[in-house]
Amino acid sequence: MSSSPAKESHITSYPKFIGRSLWLATEGSFAFYAWMTMLTALFLVGANAWANQVAGGMIGTNMTDQVSWGLYIANFTFMVGLAAGGVMMVIPAYLYHDRKMHDVVIIGELLAIAAIVMCLLFVVADLGRPDRFWHMIPGIGKFNWPISMLTWDVIVLNGYLVLNLHICGYLLYMRFLGRKPNPTWYIPFVMLSIVWAISIHTVTAFLYCGLGGRPFWNTALLAPRFLASAFVSGPAFIIVAMVLIKKLSGVAGLDHPIATLTKIIRVTILINLLMVASELFTEFYTGGSHVSAAKYLFFGLHGKTALVPWTWTAIGLNLTAALLFLWPGLLSFRWRPLLVAACCMAFVGAWIEKGMGLIIPGFIPSTLHEIVEYVPSQLEWKVTVGIWAFGLLVFTIAIKTALPTLKHPAEH
Amino acid sequence: MTTTEPTTNPSLPVLENFSRRAAVKAGFATLGAGAFAAAISPLRQAAKNTSAAEFMQTHYTELSPEQKADVLARLETETKEKYNAEVTIADDRPIPGTKFVYAINLSVCNGNGKCVEACHKENNHDRDTNQSYIRVIEMPKGTMDMEQGSTTYSGAVPKDDKFYLPVQCQQCDEPPCVDVCPVKATWKEEDGIVVVDYNWCIGCRYCEAACPYHARRFNWKKPEVPAKELNPDQSYLSNRIRPVGVVEKCTYCLHRTRRGKLPACLEACPTGARVFGNILDPNSNIRWILEHKRVYILKEELGTKPAFFYYFD
Repeated sequence: MSSSPAKESHITSYPKFIGRSLWLATEGSFAFYAWMTMLTALFLVGANAWANQVAGGMIGTNMTDQVSWGLYIANFTFMVGLAAGGVMMVIPAYLYHDRKMHDVVIIGELLAIAAIVMCLLFVVADLGRPDRFWHMIPGIGKFNWPISMLTWDVIVLNGYLVLNLHICGYLLYMRFLGRKPNPTWYIPFVMLSIVWAISIHTVTAFLYCGLGGRPFWNTALLAPRFLASAFVSGPAFIIVAMVLIKKLSGVAGLDHPIATLTKIIRVTILINLLMVASELFTEFYTGGSHVSAAKYLFFGLHGKTALVPWTWTAIGLNLTAALLFLWPGLLSFRWRPLLVAACCMAFVGAWIEKGMGLIIPGFIPSTLHEIVEYVPSQLEWKVTVGIWAFGLLVFTIAIKTALPTLKHPAEH
Repeated sequence: MTTTEPTTNPSLPVLENFSRRAAVKAGFATLGAGAFAAAISPLRQAAKNTSAAEFMQTHYTELSPEQKADVLARLETETKEKYNAEVTIADDRPIPGTKFVYAINLSVCNGNGKCVEACHKENNHDRDTNQSYIRVIEMPKGTMDMEQGSTTYSGAVPKDDKFYLPVQCQQCDEPPCVDVCPVKATWKEEDGIVVVDYNWCIGCRYCEAACPYHARRFNWKKPEVPAKELNPDQSYLSNRIRPVGVVEKCTYCLHRTRRGKLPACLEACPTGARVFGNILDPNSNIRWILEHKRVYILKEELGTKPAFFYYFD
């Protein structure tokens, strides 16, 4: 089943490729089936919760007119970062011609696909009228481009999804055919995807930082901060994924890319912390009403402190992870479990900081300085867990499909 | 679920097991699809509440006169079916040569909240959530910083050391809410009123995040108003009952003001603090106030250019 005759038409060989990929992706050990069953079950719980939300109205969430975005948009923002973070494999592989990274770069591209799918699901989950989704489709709907930043985000996110689907799909298909990939069919797209990865997170930051009525978001530092933390969370996720892939599937040649990504995080996590510190200095030293949201986030405001434990947890995780990454011993094979722990800390730290820690203080205090707190409802958690499970499902299937390529890197 | 699975090398599938394994996989795929269909079955309930005509309806500005008449008739029928009330839904258009502006005399306003209540009734707001487009902030005298104020004040008004600041949609000339809408479901009309096509809004609530005046409201649930309390004089772009899951806002009561009447909040105000009119009319009361009083606007530094003024005298 390794390769079809070179003359076979794509019309017959492509469906064979898809079939073969699906077959491979559903082969595995008992543990694999248990994992997939668990993810499917969680996804179904989320799907059911979402259907109930659509049927009963968004009153099932704990969002209000004061805090009108919550857990969904927080996760959306974080996932855009994860999608962009995969580019930290692409850059060493294609711009610095790191051979070892090049062999496994598809992991980062597949992560981008799964993360973008999750982004789109989080946006749909947040819509009051998902049945009117077609109003956003250019041509049949009314697309407020270029004025609305949300339309830019629709374009860049879908564009990034298509780019990565093309790159991964093309390389895997050529591998299936046993042919050498033609660089003209994917190298330009890879180069474009590097720029595009930066754009998805920049545009997502522009959604927030362009709003004059929300002082907490209205800072030029937001987009650079988003990128810096994306280049922490993305590589952190990939390192953990690689450790697991090596352990479970015996893919060789992952140690060098893991070391490269560790060195990248060592820098990006410090840049991120520097920018957070710079932001906090500006807020607190200046004072005035501009600082209310930051005060709420870090210390609570008028006795309302829902976010305070979260924020300090994030700060603790980020600082600990930063110190661990600075320690050269973390690169040694002996300390692999500690590296995984550091990555998990950095990942969770970024999730809090850029998720709830960014979205919610934008609304507290409200524009009329009301302080209405927000804690996600059970329905919101169910939908969120469901989307995460679906994303991991997509990522697992994608990695399974790519395993032959990862195990025996071809010359391309 | 597959405990009997022989652990084979994934890159070398055992071919004789192929058809059995394919059948098992197909079985689980069918099971999964069935479970998914069951999980999202509550959507059928939601689908029942949206007619095909509503689903297919095009943007307000692209409706032909015939289509518009059909839409209005359909909405009247739906109100009858869902709320058991006879209403008329008109399509009030801007009067040429009109630009509506509002002013409030803060020396006179005493925070009694009649405007809030009148808005609630006039605009057919959900009764449970006690929704209204107006919020009154009780402010300590000696500051203009809203952070010092409170929207949840109680007790007898006015209090000696307080003044009262009612806030509703400022009908900005540079409305950030309109800019951010991804589907052009909200726009500014020629008479200055910012409106929403409730049948086009997708409910993303970006406008709620963008508005610096907390002017927008989202329908978190289906609005409930008893039939006998329903205001039957309605307009498509203003006080008709809104669908669930869309954003709404103050329209300066366009179903009244475009017919030559005053906004409900103004009529309800017992103090005479509210002044409304056409700024393009040189003889209007509002024009005199803007020319002779030292008026100010809220959050001027944001550049939103409100058509809503405040003054003390």
